[in-house]
Amino acid sequence: MDADATAVADAAAIADAAAIAGAAGFADSVRDEADGWDRAGALPPAVVQAAGRAGLLACDLPARYGGTGASPHAVGEAAARIGAVCSSLRALLTVQGMVAAAVHRWGSGDLRAAWLPLLASGEAVAGFAATEAGAGTELSAVQTTVERVAGSIRITGRKLWVTFGAIADVLLVIGRLDGVPAAVLVEGDRPGLRREPVRGQLGLRAAHVAHLELDGVRVPRTNLVAPVGFGLSHVAGTALDHGRYTVAWGCVGMAQACHRAATAHAASRVQGGVRLVDHQLVRSMIGRGLVAVTAAEQLCRRAARLRAARDPDAVTATVMAKYAAARAAAEVSRDAVQVHGAAGCAPDSTVGRFLRDATVMRIIEGSDEVSEMHIADHAIRSRRREARAVPVAVAS
Amino acid sequence: MSDRFPATAAPPAEVLATIRAFFAEAADRVPDPDQDIFASGVVTSLFALQLVAFVERTFDIAVEPEDLDLANFRTINAVAAFVCAKRAAAGRD
Repeated sequence: MDADATAVADAAAIADAAAIAGAAGFADSVRDEADGWDRAGALPPAVVQAAGRAGLLACDLPARYGGTGASPHAVGEAAARIGAVCSSLRALLTVQGMVAAAVHRWGSGDLRAAWLPLLASGEAVAGFAATEAGAGTELSAVQTTVERVAGSIRITGRKLWVTFGAIADVLLVIGRLDGVPAAVLVEGDRPGLRREPVRGQLGLRAAHVAHLELDGVRVPRTNLVAPVGFGLSHVAGTALDHGRYTVAWGCVGMAQACHRAATAHAASRVQGGVRLVDHQLVRSMIGRGLVAVTAAEQLCRRAARLRAARDPDAVTATVMAKYAAARAAAEVSRDAVQVHGAAGCAPDSTVGRFLRDATVMRIIEGSDEVSEMHIADHAIRSRRREARAVPVAVAS
Repeated sequence: MSDRFPATAAPPAEVLATIRAFFAEAADRVPDPDQDIFASGVVTSLFALQLVAFVERTFDIAVEPEDLDLANFRTINAVAAFVCAKRAAAGRD
């Protein structure tokens, strides 16, 4: 490498190390507060601002938009550090990253300049408003209408389960314009936007989840992201792909934290004169859990490599990583609750909170079942690729 | 990268064959060069993003928001014409 290339590589390595160290430090500083946020049902606004100042949000954006150009691997490691402490805080990192990625990839120059620095700094909290009563996995069924009216566009519809929807400063809304999918940014202070905070849901309790009513909300036409018709396949597609990626790593962090907690508890807890860890079934559970956690982490690292190489297979690799990591987090957190016994079921149980959050992770950004369909598609495509590349003689 | 075309030469026949191979992977059989692969419903919801990543990486072009036009993506011939136009605009052909 010449000197310039070396300097660029060094700068990138420093940015990555800073992103990971920043996330680790931030996670440590809030570790004792996360259970309280879950019980209170709200991440404090000051924490949202602090996360932005600490460089946790959309740090993969280029420097001119307020990021540090962090690599996919660094973004993932940062999400894992936060996920090991609080899934609701990791969900903030996820939604900021989703909306930033979609606007950066498909938004106009004006939209990028207006919103990306605010998303990276945490001055603007983002929401992704896609799901509706009749459109969950099948987002092409969205009924929210986007109409062209004199000089602006008007949006009418009802969106459900919007993470950070109760406090979002800007929402990426998926609807239909002239019958085809459209994506549009809606500022949180527009008249006609009503928010209904959701309380007491299974997981992500501190993530300001809300249902949203958009009643003829008007925004400028320039708020449309990407040409009409590409709001779902490209804009929502980019957002969801990025979301799956940080969810995957967040689940790895959660699974690692649960596995450590279960192992430490089993090694110290004595009942009937026997340490829990000296029971064969408990040891078996610990071994199984370590394999699940390590496998999920390696799938996340593979997704990071393919994303960095801009490989077309990165999309599927990310689905696989998210699928494996959510299942690992659910399995290991369930085992951690089991080995903790009554303490695992207590109101202040951290592993209990992780079990609730991990269960949600097996559903959002593509359920286990939908992920399996995509992964099977990929397997069939790969088989076609092999069949063409290498003629195989089949014995009859 | 070894799987990229050299920036200086990408003859249309080679471009077409490469795109044809990518579309063939996504469908049960190789689509006709002018068959609308989106309208015929033979591809999954993730295919659109995979196609963007494929043309960007294979042909070393950048797909910009203003390039999002079904006329550029729906058939093998359309993608080939789009790729050649982008490369010509970037001064690569």
